[in-house]
Amino acid sequence: MSGNWAVEFVKKALLEVQEYVRLCFAAGRAAVSRPFYFRDVMEQIDIIGLGSLTVVLLTGFFTGAVLALQSGMTLDQFGARPFVGRLISASMIKELGPVLTALMLSGRVGSGIAAELGSMVVTEQISALRALGTDPVRKLVVPRVLAGFIMCPILTVVANAVGLLGGWIIALTQLRVASGVYWSSVVEGLYIQDVWMGIIKPFFLGFVIVTIGCHVGLRTSGGTQGVGRATTNAVVASSVVVLIVDFFLTRFLISILF
Amino acid sequence: MATRDVTAGPPAELVEAHAPVALFDRVTLAFDEKVILRDVTFDVRFGHTKIFLGASGAGKSTILKLMLGLLKPDSGTIWVLGQRVDTMTEAQLMRVREHMGMVFQEGALFDSLTVGENVGFKLYEDSDLSLSEVRERVEEVLGFVSLAEHIDKLPSALSGGQRRRVAIARAMITRPKVLLYDEPTTGLDPMTCLSVDTEIVKLRDLQQVTSVLVTHQLRDAFYIASHEARRNGREVELVEASEQKVEEADFVMIREGRVAFEGSAWELRHSKDAYLQTFLS
Repeated sequence: MSGNWAVEFVKKALLEVQEYVRLCFAAGRAAVSRPFYFRDVMEQIDIIGLGSLTVVLLTGFFTGAVLALQSGMTLDQFGARPFVGRLISASMIKELGPVLTALMLSGRVGSGIAAELGSMVVTEQISALRALGTDPVRKLVVPRVLAGFIMCPILTVVANAVGLLGGWIIALTQLRVASGVYWSSVVEGLYIQDVWMGIIKPFFLGFVIVTIGCHVGLRTSGGTQGVGRATTNAVVASSVVVLIVDFFLTRFLISILF
Repeated sequence: MATRDVTAGPPAELVEAHAPVALFDRVTLAFDEKVILRDVTFDVRFGHTKIFLGASGAGKSTILKLMLGLLKPDSGTIWVLGQRVDTMTEAQLMRVREHMGMVFQEGALFDSLTVGENVGFKLYEDSDLSLSEVRERVEEVLGFVSLAEHIDKLPSALSGGQRRRVAIARAMITRPKVLLYDEPTTGLDPMTCLSVDTEIVKLRDLQQVTSVLVTHQLRDAFYIASHEARRNGREVELVEASEQKVEEADFVMIREGRVAFEGSAWELRHSKDAYLQTFLS
């Protein structure tokens, strides 16, 4: 009995992976062939990019600030308070900036995409699109994937910048570290490889978040209840996958950059 | 299990002058363990009306989705407009769908687009017409379904009946040869049903569109089968259909995925089959 359940579970999981990979390939093919939907891409850049700016700004700022507070206390034990900038820049740019931005986008963008496409599936709008001769992958998936791919790195850079700013405010007001000391420490703590790592990772994370949202949304079934389920699944799946991809990507980038 | 030979040409009866617009040959479809359609065979003649009746879940809507290539059968062959659609890729199907339109159960209008953008969607996406020409055509078809004044409204601002009529307008904008209606009157009040039925009859008789209708609303099915639209100057009037027109409406009863009856309205009404009698009562 439990054996059957396990087999069914594995079969279902493999089917999901297979369908996800097929969607990624279909989106890749559609992205390099006509017709292109430039207007839809711009619209999605606005929704995914500008729409997520507030949450990313707040996340980045307070992460940088709290990092300064916490690390200030620890560094004090070694008399190393002036090095707080180095710690914040290394943590934010290499790891926290990309991952936290990606997790915020999973919650905001991944869920939104799954809910929107899921509603379109259950109200037969996707079938109507196909009946009208429009490929839903070209029209709906590709613009979202491109927007996620482009905007996730940009938002990460923004999160990193405001994170450093948040750290600077705390360093200046709470830790009494001079501005010049803080910013020179920030620069000293960074290697060009760190910057590359912080820039490369968000491309992959953005792609993963949006493709998972699209995949889960397009496979929605079961009416409005199904849309709710799809939304939750998209957030859970993309958040977990973001952390897994981040780990393997970091290992890979360390092996080739350092 | 039928073989899937993509290179095989259409059967002889489909290349004749009065070939059927659609042909299902022993089509079977199952989702997991549940058999939806079993050995379904029928054809749809040019200019005729094919009306599929049956209880909810009998597999009626699935027939329309198979015809449009939105689903693929497990076995059997499906020919539409001389093309074998059950073996086509999505890209190939797009070319067949250019000549077809479908009105979905709840209209399936794009809720973020206005009525005009919904109706003109196909032309905005994929035609050489200028924006003003598309707008003109949209106004024309919305006028046909008497909704021209709602062109800039969002679908959410319309009533259920108006949404169905917008869906009809969207399906007819490219002047398709075949229109598929999936329960176009379900959930509507009798007066609104009548207005939707009228649009279906007008399209069939004035624009020579072959109609395939899925419904369990007997009153609408018989109304469409027994009326025809005629032009009287600038006016369009619906009158009792001629004997020939009545014969051009074929009824098919789907029961548990099988064709339980196929024939004219008269044959359906006078059938001795206990299930049909219960369904009609």
